[in-house]
Amino acid sequence: MIDRVLYAFLSVGILGGLLGLALAFAARIFAVKKDKRIEEVEGVLPSINCGACGYPGCSGYAEAIINEDADMTLCSPGGADVATKIGEIMGVEVSVSGEKLVAQIHCRGTNETSLKKYEYKGIEDCNAMHSAFGGDKICPYGCLGLGSCIKVCPVDAIVKTEYGYLDIDKDKCIACGKCIDVCPTGVIKMIPYRAREIVACNSTDKGGAVRKYCSVGCIGCKMCEKKSPEGGFKVDNFLASIDYNAEGSRAEAVEVCPAKCIIDLDVAD
Amino acid sequence: MTYIGIIITFVFINNFILTQFLGLCPFIGVSKNVESAVGMGFAVTFVMSIAALATWAIQNFILVPLNIEFLQTITFILMIAALVQFVEMFIQKSSPSLYKALGIYLPLITTNCAVLGIALIAVRSNYNAIESFVAGIAAGLGFLLAILLMSTIREKLDAEWIPAPLRGTPIAFITGGLMALAFMAFDKTLLNNLIG
Repeated sequence: MIDRVLYAFLSVGILGGLLGLALAFAARIFAVKKDKRIEEVEGVLPSINCGACGYPGCSGYAEAIINEDADMTLCSPGGADVATKIGEIMGVEVSVSGEKLVAQIHCRGTNETSLKKYEYKGIEDCNAMHSAFGGDKICPYGCLGLGSCIKVCPVDAIVKTEYGYLDIDKDKCIACGKCIDVCPTGVIKMIPYRAREIVACNSTDKGGAVRKYCSVGCIGCKMCEKKSPEGGFKVDNFLASIDYNAEGSRAEAVEVCPAKCIIDLDVAD
Repeated sequence: MTYIGIIITFVFINNFILTQFLGLCPFIGVSKNVESAVGMGFAVTFVMSIAALATWAIQNFILVPLNIEFLQTITFILMIAALVQFVEMFIQKSSPSLYKALGIYLPLITTNCAVLGIALIAVRSNYNAIESFVAGIAAGLGFLLAILLMSTIREKLDAEWIPAPLRGTPIAFITGGLMALAFMAFDKTLLNNLIG
Protein backbone atom coordinates (compact mmCIF):
# COMPACT_ATOMS: atom_id res chain seq x y z
CA MET A 1 0.00 0.00 0.00
CA ILE A 2 2.61 2.51 1.11
CA ASP A 3 4.72 1.93 -2.00
CA ARG A 4 1.75 2.83 -4.22
CA VAL A 5 1.45 6.14 -2.39
CA LEU A 6 5.17 6.64 -2.85
CA TYR A 7 4.99 5.79 -6.56
CA ALA A 8 2.08 8.18 -7.05
CA PHE A 9 3.91 10.94 -5.22
CA LEU A 10 7.17 10.36 -7.08
CA SER A 11 5.76 9.88 -10.57
CA VAL A 12 3.64 13.03 -10.50
CA GLY A 13 6.47 14.96 -8.84
CA ILE A 14 9.13 13.84 -11.29
CA LEU A 15 6.85 14.28 -14.31
CA GLY A 16 5.96 17.79 -13.19
CA GLY A 17 9.59 18.63 -12.53
CA LEU A 18 10.75 17.38 -15.91
CA LEU A 19 8.00 19.19 -17.79
CA GLY A 20 8.77 22.36 -15.82
CA LEU A 21 12.44 22.11 -16.78
CA ALA A 22 11.55 21.50 -20.43
CA LEU A 23 9.29 24.56 -20.44
CA ALA A 24 11.92 26.74 -18.79
CA PHE A 25 14.34 25.63 -21.48
CA ALA A 26 11.79 26.29 -24.25
CA ALA A 27 11.10 29.75 -22.84
CA ARG A 28 14.79 30.56 -23.38
CA ILE A 29 14.67 29.43 -27.01
CA PHE A 30 11.39 31.10 -27.87
CA ALA A 31 11.97 34.31 -25.91
CA VAL A 32 10.57 37.27 -27.83
CA LYS A 33 13.02 40.13 -27.74
CA LYS A 34 11.22 43.44 -27.37
CA ASP A 35 12.68 46.89 -27.47
CA LYS A 36 11.65 48.61 -24.23
CA ARG A 37 10.88 51.79 -26.13
CA ILE A 38 8.05 50.01 -27.97
CA GLU A 39 6.13 49.72 -24.72
CA GLU A 40 6.91 53.33 -23.82
CA VAL A 41 5.69 54.63 -27.18
CA GLU A 42 2.63 52.41 -26.91
CA GLY A 43 1.90 53.96 -23.52
CA VAL A 44 1.95 57.43 -25.02
CA LEU A 45 -0.35 56.56 -27.92
CA PRO A 46 -4.08 56.93 -27.29
CA SER A 47 -4.63 53.14 -27.64
CA ILE A 48 -7.93 53.42 -29.45
CA ASN A 49 -6.52 51.38 -32.36
CA CYS A 50 -8.25 53.53 -34.97
CA GLY A 51 -5.73 52.81 -37.71
CA ALA A 52 -5.45 56.41 -38.89
CA CYS A 53 -1.66 56.06 -38.99
CA GLY A 54 -1.92 53.22 -41.48
CA TYR A 55 -0.57 50.55 -39.11
CA PRO A 56 -2.58 47.78 -37.45
CA GLY A 57 -3.45 49.44 -34.16
CA CYS A 58 -1.42 51.49 -31.72
CA SER A 59 1.00 48.66 -30.87
CA GLY A 60 1.65 48.11 -34.57
CA TYR A 61 2.44 51.80 -35.00
CA ALA A 62 4.70 51.79 -31.94
CA GLU A 63 6.64 48.84 -33.39
CA ALA A 64 6.87 50.58 -36.77
CA ILE A 65 8.30 53.73 -35.16
CA ILE A 66 11.06 51.74 -33.44
CA ASN A 67 11.79 49.10 -36.07
CA GLU A 68 10.97 50.77 -39.38
CA ASP A 69 11.66 54.44 -38.62
CA ALA A 70 8.04 55.33 -39.30
CA ASP A 71 7.05 58.98 -39.25
CA MET A 72 6.33 60.09 -35.68
CA THR A 73 3.55 62.51 -36.57
CA LEU A 74 1.08 60.03 -38.04
CA CYS A 75 -1.16 59.77 -34.98
CA SER A 76 -3.96 62.18 -35.81
CA PRO A 77 -6.09 61.50 -32.70
CA GLY A 78 -3.10 62.28 -30.46
CA GLY A 79 -2.05 65.27 -32.51
CA ALA A 80 0.88 67.46 -31.55
CA ASP A 81 0.95 66.30 -27.92
CA VAL A 82 1.57 62.66 -28.72
CA ALA A 83 4.07 63.46 -31.47
CA THR A 84 6.17 65.55 -29.07
CA LYS A 85 6.07 62.81 -26.44
CA ILE A 86 7.14 60.17 -28.95
CA GLY A 87 9.94 62.50 -29.99
CA GLU A 88 11.07 62.68 -26.35
CA ILE A 89 11.21 58.88 -26.08
CA MET A 90 13.11 58.57 -29.34
CA GLY A 91 15.36 61.48 -28.39
CA VAL A 92 14.61 63.63 -31.42
CA GLU A 93 12.89 66.93 -32.01
CA VAL A 94 9.52 66.52 -33.74
CA SER A 95 7.99 69.45 -35.51
CA VAL A 96 4.26 69.28 -36.01
CA SER A 97 2.70 71.23 -38.79
CA GLY A 98 -0.83 71.43 -40.13
CA GLU A 99 -3.94 72.23 -38.20
CA LYS A 100 -6.41 69.88 -36.59
CA LEU A 101 -8.91 68.48 -39.03
CA VAL A 102 -12.27 66.87 -38.44
CA ALA A 103 -14.58 64.96 -40.74
CA GLN A 104 -17.99 66.32 -41.62
CA ILE A 105 -20.85 64.97 -43.69
CA HIS A 106 -21.61 67.42 -46.46
CA CYS A 107 -25.29 66.57 -46.85
CA ARG A 108 -28.39 67.27 -44.81
CA GLY A 109 -30.86 65.47 -47.03
CA THR A 110 -33.56 63.45 -45.24
CA ASN A 111 -36.58 61.45 -46.30
CA GLU A 112 -38.57 64.69 -46.20
CA THR A 113 -36.23 66.82 -48.27
CA SER A 114 -34.97 64.36 -50.88
CA LEU A 115 -36.97 62.29 -53.32
CA LYS A 116 -36.33 58.59 -53.75
CA LYS A 117 -36.26 56.54 -56.90
CA TYR A 118 -37.14 53.24 -55.23
CA GLU A 119 -37.88 51.66 -51.87
CA TYR A 120 -34.79 49.95 -50.48
CA LYS A 121 -35.25 46.80 -48.41
CA GLY A 122 -32.01 45.00 -47.76
CA ILE A 123 -28.85 44.87 -45.72
CA GLU A 124 -28.48 47.95 -43.51
CA ASP A 125 -25.24 49.00 -45.11
CA CYS A 126 -24.45 51.99 -47.31
CA ASN A 127 -22.15 50.07 -49.65
CA ALA A 128 -24.73 47.32 -50.13
CA MET A 129 -27.36 49.91 -50.95
CA HIS A 130 -24.99 51.82 -53.18
CA SER A 131 -24.41 48.72 -55.28
CA ALA A 132 -28.12 48.81 -56.13
CA PHE A 133 -28.39 51.71 -58.57
CA GLY A 134 -26.29 54.04 -56.42
CA GLY A 135 -28.71 54.13 -53.51
CA ASP A 136 -32.40 54.84 -53.12
CA LYS A 137 -32.12 58.64 -53.43
CA ILE A 138 -32.39 60.19 -56.86
CA CYS A 139 -29.36 62.27 -55.87
CA PRO A 140 -26.31 60.07 -56.43
CA TYR A 141 -23.98 62.33 -54.46
CA GLY A 142 -25.56 62.62 -51.03
CA CYS A 143 -25.56 60.74 -47.76
CA LEU A 144 -27.35 57.38 -48.02
CA GLY A 145 -28.19 57.53 -44.33
CA LEU A 146 -27.75 53.86 -43.40
CA GLY A 147 -24.84 54.74 -41.17
CA SER A 148 -21.97 52.55 -42.33
CA CYS A 149 -19.78 55.37 -41.03
CA ILE A 150 -21.43 55.10 -37.60
CA LYS A 151 -20.37 51.46 -37.46
CA VAL A 152 -16.72 52.10 -38.32
CA CYS A 153 -16.26 55.22 -36.19
CA PRO A 154 -13.97 54.17 -33.33
CA VAL A 155 -15.04 57.01 -31.05
CA ASP A 156 -18.80 57.16 -31.72
CA ALA A 157 -18.56 60.70 -33.04
CA ILE A 158 -21.22 60.14 -35.72
CA VAL A 159 -24.86 60.13 -34.72
CA LYS A 160 -28.16 59.96 -36.55
CA THR A 161 -30.06 63.09 -35.55
CA GLU A 162 -33.77 63.22 -34.82
CA TYR A 163 -34.28 64.85 -38.22
CA GLY A 164 -32.93 61.81 -40.01
CA TYR A 165 -29.58 63.03 -41.26
CA LEU A 166 -26.17 62.07 -39.87
CA ASP A 167 -23.97 64.52 -38.02
CA ILE A 168 -20.38 64.35 -36.80
CA ASP A 169 -19.47 65.76 -33.40
CA LYS A 170 -16.31 67.70 -34.12
CA ASP A 171 -15.17 67.56 -30.50
CA LYS A 172 -15.24 63.76 -30.55
CA CYS A 173 -13.85 63.30 -34.07
CA ILE A 174 -10.23 62.17 -34.15
CA ALA A 175 -9.79 62.53 -37.92
CA CYS A 176 -8.88 58.87 -38.41
CA GLY A 177 -10.56 58.92 -41.85
CA LYS A 178 -12.31 55.57 -41.50
CA CYS A 179 -15.72 57.07 -42.32
CA ILE A 180 -14.28 58.66 -45.45
CA ASP A 181 -12.91 55.30 -46.56
CA VAL A 182 -16.15 53.42 -46.01
CA CYS A 183 -18.52 56.02 -47.52
CA PRO A 184 -19.49 55.01 -51.07
CA THR A 185 -20.56 58.48 -52.20
CA GLY A 186 -17.63 60.50 -50.87
CA VAL A 187 -19.96 62.89 -49.08
CA ILE A 188 -17.73 62.95 -45.98
CA LYS A 189 -14.88 65.41 -46.25
CA MET A 190 -12.27 66.81 -43.91
CA ILE A 191 -12.67 70.39 -42.74
CA PRO A 192 -10.56 72.39 -40.28
CA TYR A 193 -11.67 72.04 -36.67
CA ARG A 194 -12.18 75.81 -36.43
CA ALA A 195 -14.53 75.89 -39.45
CA ARG A 196 -18.02 77.05 -38.50
CA GLU A 197 -19.79 76.99 -41.84
CA ILE A 198 -20.05 74.17 -44.36
CA VAL A 199 -21.73 73.77 -47.71
CA ALA A 200 -23.96 70.84 -46.81
CA CYS A 201 -24.27 69.47 -50.31
CA ASN A 202 -22.17 67.28 -52.55
CA SER A 203 -24.22 67.45 -55.75
CA THR A 204 -22.61 68.67 -58.94
CA ASP A 205 -25.83 68.40 -60.91
CA LYS A 206 -27.25 71.54 -62.52
CA GLY A 207 -29.47 73.75 -60.38
CA GLY A 208 -32.68 72.76 -62.09
CA ALA A 209 -32.02 69.07 -61.65
CA VAL A 210 -31.09 69.42 -58.00
CA ARG A 211 -34.20 71.48 -57.33
CA LYS A 212 -36.37 68.67 -58.65
CA TYR A 213 -35.08 66.00 -56.27
CA CYS A 214 -33.80 67.80 -53.20
CA SER A 215 -34.96 70.86 -51.32
CA VAL A 216 -31.69 71.36 -49.45
CA GLY A 217 -29.27 70.88 -52.34
CA CYS A 218 -26.84 73.46 -53.71
CA ILE A 219 -28.14 74.85 -57.00
CA GLY A 220 -25.00 76.82 -57.84
CA CYS A 221 -26.73 80.21 -57.80
CA LYS A 222 -23.57 82.03 -56.62
CA MET A 223 -25.49 84.10 -54.06
CA CYS A 224 -22.86 83.15 -51.46
CA GLU A 225 -20.07 84.44 -53.67
CA LYS A 226 -21.85 87.76 -54.01
CA LYS A 227 -23.08 88.28 -50.46
CA SER A 228 -19.94 87.12 -48.63
CA PRO A 229 -17.13 88.00 -51.02
CA GLU A 230 -14.53 87.70 -48.23
CA GLY A 231 -15.79 84.28 -47.11
CA GLY A 232 -13.82 82.23 -49.61
CA PHE A 233 -16.88 80.89 -51.43
CA LYS A 234 -16.35 79.45 -54.87
CA VAL A 235 -18.99 77.88 -57.08
CA ASP A 236 -17.56 75.29 -59.36
CA ASN A 237 -19.49 72.71 -61.36
CA PHE A 238 -22.80 73.93 -59.82
CA LEU A 239 -21.53 73.28 -56.29
CA ALA A 240 -20.32 75.87 -53.81
CA SER A 241 -17.21 75.19 -51.78
CA ILE A 242 -15.44 77.12 -49.06
CA ASP A 243 -11.76 77.98 -48.95
CA TYR A 244 -11.20 77.93 -45.19
CA ASN A 245 -8.03 80.00 -45.54
CA ALA A 246 -10.25 83.01 -46.21
CA GLU A 247 -10.85 84.77 -42.91
CA GLY A 248 -13.85 86.91 -43.87
CA SER A 249 -17.35 86.60 -42.45
CA ARG A 250 -19.69 84.01 -43.97
CA ALA A 251 -22.79 84.94 -41.98
CA GLU A 252 -24.41 86.74 -44.94
CA ALA A 253 -24.12 83.70 -47.15
CA VAL A 254 -25.67 81.44 -44.50
CA GLU A 255 -28.52 83.94 -44.34
CA VAL A 256 -29.24 84.26 -48.05
CA CYS A 257 -28.58 80.73 -49.37
CA PRO A 258 -31.91 79.93 -51.07
CA ALA A 259 -31.64 76.19 -50.45
CA LYS A 260 -30.34 76.75 -46.90
CA CYS A 261 -27.52 74.34 -47.63
CA ILE A 262 -24.84 76.64 -46.28
CA ILE A 263 -25.12 75.96 -42.58
CA ASP A 264 -23.55 77.23 -39.43
CA LEU A 265 -22.45 74.19 -37.42
CA ASP A 266 -22.35 76.14 -34.17
CA VAL A 267 -25.96 77.22 -34.50
CA ALA A 268 -27.47 73.80 -34.07
CA ASP A 269 -30.40 73.46 -36.45
CA MET B 1 -9.22 -1.22 -36.84
CA THR B 2 -7.37 0.35 -39.72
CA TYR B 3 -5.97 3.86 -39.60
CA ILE B 4 -8.46 4.97 -42.24
CA GLY B 5 -11.21 3.65 -40.02
CA ILE B 6 -9.85 5.63 -37.06
CA ILE B 7 -9.63 8.79 -39.16
CA ILE B 8 -13.18 8.50 -40.51
CA THR B 9 -14.45 7.68 -37.03
CA PHE B 10 -12.93 10.72 -35.36
CA VAL B 11 -13.41 13.23 -38.17
CA PHE B 12 -17.00 12.39 -39.06
CA ILE B 13 -18.76 9.73 -36.99
CA ASN B 14 -17.49 10.72 -33.56
CA ASN B 15 -16.67 14.32 -34.42
CA PHE B 16 -15.58 15.78 -31.10
CA ILE B 17 -17.62 18.92 -31.39
CA LEU B 18 -20.68 18.03 -33.40
CA THR B 19 -21.28 14.52 -32.08
CA GLN B 20 -19.59 14.31 -28.69
CA PHE B 21 -20.02 18.01 -27.78
CA LEU B 22 -16.53 18.35 -26.34
CA GLY B 23 -14.54 21.59 -26.61
CA LEU B 24 -17.45 23.93 -27.31
CA CYS B 25 -15.71 26.93 -25.70
CA PRO B 26 -13.24 27.67 -28.52
CA PHE B 27 -15.79 26.42 -31.06
CA ILE B 28 -18.08 29.34 -30.16
CA GLY B 29 -15.40 31.76 -29.00
CA VAL B 30 -12.92 31.68 -31.89
CA SER B 31 -15.25 31.03 -34.83
CA LYS B 32 -15.99 34.68 -35.62
CA ASN B 33 -13.58 34.80 -38.52
CA VAL B 34 -12.04 32.11 -40.71
CA GLU B 35 -8.41 33.11 -40.21
CA SER B 36 -8.28 32.75 -36.44
CA ALA B 37 -10.57 29.72 -36.60
CA VAL B 38 -8.10 27.90 -38.85
CA GLY B 39 -5.25 28.97 -36.56
CA MET B 40 -7.12 27.62 -33.58
CA GLY B 41 -7.97 24.44 -35.45
CA PHE B 42 -4.34 23.70 -36.25
CA ALA B 43 -3.18 24.60 -32.74
CA VAL B 44 -5.73 22.19 -31.27
CA THR B 45 -4.83 19.51 -33.83
CA PHE B 46 -1.18 19.80 -32.89
CA VAL B 47 -1.88 19.68 -29.16
CA MET B 48 -4.29 16.74 -29.52
CA SER B 49 -1.96 14.61 -31.62
CA ILE B 50 1.05 15.16 -29.37
CA ALA B 51 -1.12 14.83 -26.26
CA ALA B 52 -2.51 11.50 -27.45
CA LEU B 53 1.00 10.19 -28.03
CA ALA B 54 2.43 11.58 -24.79
CA THR B 55 -0.44 10.34 -22.66
CA TRP B 56 -0.12 6.90 -24.28
CA ALA B 57 3.50 6.87 -23.14
CA ILE B 58 2.57 7.99 -19.63
CA GLN B 59 -0.16 5.37 -19.42
CA ASN B 60 1.97 2.47 -20.62
CA PHE B 61 5.39 3.33 -19.19
CA ILE B 62 4.46 4.93 -15.87
CA LEU B 63 0.89 4.34 -14.76
CA VAL B 64 0.39 0.68 -15.73
CA PRO B 65 3.78 -0.70 -14.57
CA LEU B 66 3.45 1.10 -11.23
CA ASN B 67 -0.21 0.11 -10.95
CA ILE B 68 -1.32 3.69 -10.34
CA GLU B 69 -3.86 4.21 -13.14
CA PHE B 70 -6.00 6.26 -10.79
CA LEU B 71 -3.61 9.13 -11.50
CA GLN B 72 -4.70 9.23 -15.16
CA THR B 73 -6.56 12.54 -15.01
CA ILE B 74 -3.96 14.53 -13.08
CA THR B 75 -0.96 13.30 -15.06
CA PHE B 76 -2.75 13.77 -18.39
CA ILE B 77 -3.76 17.31 -17.47
CA LEU B 78 -0.18 18.02 -16.41
CA MET B 79 1.12 16.81 -19.75
CA ILE B 80 -1.53 18.73 -21.73
CA ALA B 81 -0.89 21.95 -19.79
CA ALA B 82 2.82 21.74 -20.52
CA LEU B 83 2.14 21.07 -24.20
CA VAL B 84 -0.23 24.01 -24.48
CA GLN B 85 2.30 26.26 -22.77
CA PHE B 86 4.85 25.14 -25.33
CA VAL B 87 2.48 25.79 -28.25
CA GLU B 88 1.70 29.22 -26.84
CA MET B 89 5.38 30.14 -26.70
CA PHE B 90 5.91 28.81 -30.19
CA ILE B 91 3.00 30.77 -31.69
CA GLN B 92 3.99 33.96 -29.87
CA LYS B 93 7.42 33.67 -31.41
CA SER B 94 6.43 32.60 -34.91
CA SER B 95 3.17 34.50 -35.50
CA PRO B 96 2.37 37.43 -33.18
CA SER B 97 -0.79 38.27 -35.13
CA LEU B 98 -2.20 34.76 -34.72
CA TYR B 99 -1.19 34.95 -31.04
CA LYS B 100 -3.23 38.13 -30.67
CA ALA B 101 -6.19 36.75 -32.61
CA LEU B 102 -6.39 33.62 -30.45
CA GLY B 103 -6.08 35.68 -27.26
CA ILE B 104 -7.37 34.03 -24.12
CA TYR B 105 -8.53 30.94 -26.03
CA LEU B 106 -4.96 29.78 -26.56
CA PRO B 107 -4.16 29.08 -22.89
CA LEU B 108 -7.72 27.80 -22.59
CA ILE B 109 -6.81 24.84 -24.83
CA THR B 110 -5.39 23.51 -21.56
CA THR B 111 -8.87 23.13 -20.16
CA ASN B 112 -10.32 22.15 -23.51
CA CYS B 113 -12.04 18.91 -22.64
CA ALA B 114 -11.56 17.71 -26.22
CA VAL B 115 -7.83 17.32 -25.56
CA LEU B 116 -8.32 15.38 -22.35
CA GLY B 117 -11.12 13.57 -24.16
CA ILE B 118 -8.89 12.18 -26.91
CA ALA B 119 -6.28 11.15 -24.33
CA LEU B 120 -8.79 9.20 -22.27
CA ILE B 121 -10.64 7.76 -25.27
CA ALA B 122 -7.39 6.57 -26.89
CA VAL B 123 -6.34 4.86 -23.65
CA ARG B 124 -9.75 3.23 -23.14
CA SER B 125 -9.82 1.99 -26.75
CA ASN B 126 -6.49 0.20 -26.10
CA TYR B 127 -4.85 1.90 -29.07
CA ASN B 128 -1.13 1.42 -29.61
CA ALA B 129 1.20 4.40 -29.94
CA ILE B 130 0.68 5.02 -33.64
CA GLU B 131 -3.07 4.47 -33.43
CA SER B 132 -3.25 6.97 -30.55
CA PHE B 133 -1.28 9.50 -32.56
CA VAL B 134 -3.48 9.02 -35.64
CA ALA B 135 -6.60 9.27 -33.48
CA GLY B 136 -5.26 12.53 -32.05
CA ILE B 137 -4.63 13.97 -35.50
CA ALA B 138 -8.03 12.81 -36.75
CA ALA B 139 -9.87 14.25 -33.74
CA GLY B 140 -8.00 17.52 -34.25
CA LEU B 141 -8.91 17.56 -37.93
CA GLY B 142 -12.53 16.91 -36.95
CA PHE B 143 -12.31 19.94 -34.67
CA LEU B 144 -10.71 21.95 -37.49
CA LEU B 145 -13.46 20.89 -39.89
CA ALA B 146 -16.22 21.86 -37.47
CA ILE B 147 -14.73 25.22 -36.50
CA LEU B 148 -13.91 26.04 -40.14
CA LEU B 149 -17.48 25.30 -41.27
CA MET B 150 -18.81 27.30 -38.35
CA SER B 151 -16.59 30.34 -39.01
CA THR B 152 -17.50 30.52 -42.70
CA ILE B 153 -21.18 30.39 -41.79
CA ARG B 154 -20.72 33.04 -39.11
CA GLU B 155 -18.90 35.38 -41.50
CA LYS B 156 -21.93 35.13 -43.79
CA LEU B 157 -24.29 35.61 -40.86
CA ASP B 158 -22.58 38.92 -40.05
CA ALA B 159 -24.04 40.49 -43.15
CA GLU B 160 -27.53 39.10 -42.60
CA TRP B 161 -30.38 40.59 -40.69
CA ILE B 162 -30.84 38.64 -37.47
CA PRO B 163 -33.46 39.37 -34.79
CA ALA B 164 -31.79 41.37 -32.02
CA PRO B 165 -32.15 38.77 -29.21
CA LEU B 166 -30.47 36.12 -31.37
CA ARG B 167 -27.49 38.14 -32.53
CA GLY B 168 -24.01 36.86 -31.68
CA THR B 169 -23.71 33.72 -29.55
CA PRO B 170 -27.37 32.57 -29.58
CA ILE B 171 -27.51 32.25 -33.36
CA ALA B 172 -24.11 30.54 -33.23
CA PHE B 173 -25.49 27.88 -30.90
CA ILE B 174 -28.54 27.36 -33.09
CA THR B 175 -26.28 27.05 -36.12
CA GLY B 176 -24.08 24.60 -34.25
CA GLY B 177 -27.15 22.55 -33.30
CA LEU B 178 -28.26 22.30 -36.92
CA MET B 179 -24.74 21.28 -37.94
CA ALA B 180 -24.78 18.60 -35.24
CA LEU B 181 -28.06 17.29 -36.67
CA ALA B 182 -26.44 17.06 -40.08
CA PHE B 183 -23.52 15.11 -38.61
CA MET B 184 -25.98 12.52 -37.25
CA ALA B 185 -26.01 11.21 -40.81
CA PHE B 186 -22.51 9.82 -40.28
CA ASP B 187 -22.78 6.56 -38.36
CA LYS B 188 -21.26 3.12 -37.99
CA THR B 189 -23.26 1.75 -40.93
CA LEU B 190 -21.62 4.31 -43.16
CA LEU B 191 -18.20 3.33 -41.88
CA ASN B 192 -18.91 -0.35 -42.51
CA ASN B 193 -20.12 0.38 -46.04
CA LEU B 194 -17.03 2.44 -46.73
CA ILE B 195 -14.29 0.15 -45.49
CA GLY B 196 -16.13 -3.15 -45.16
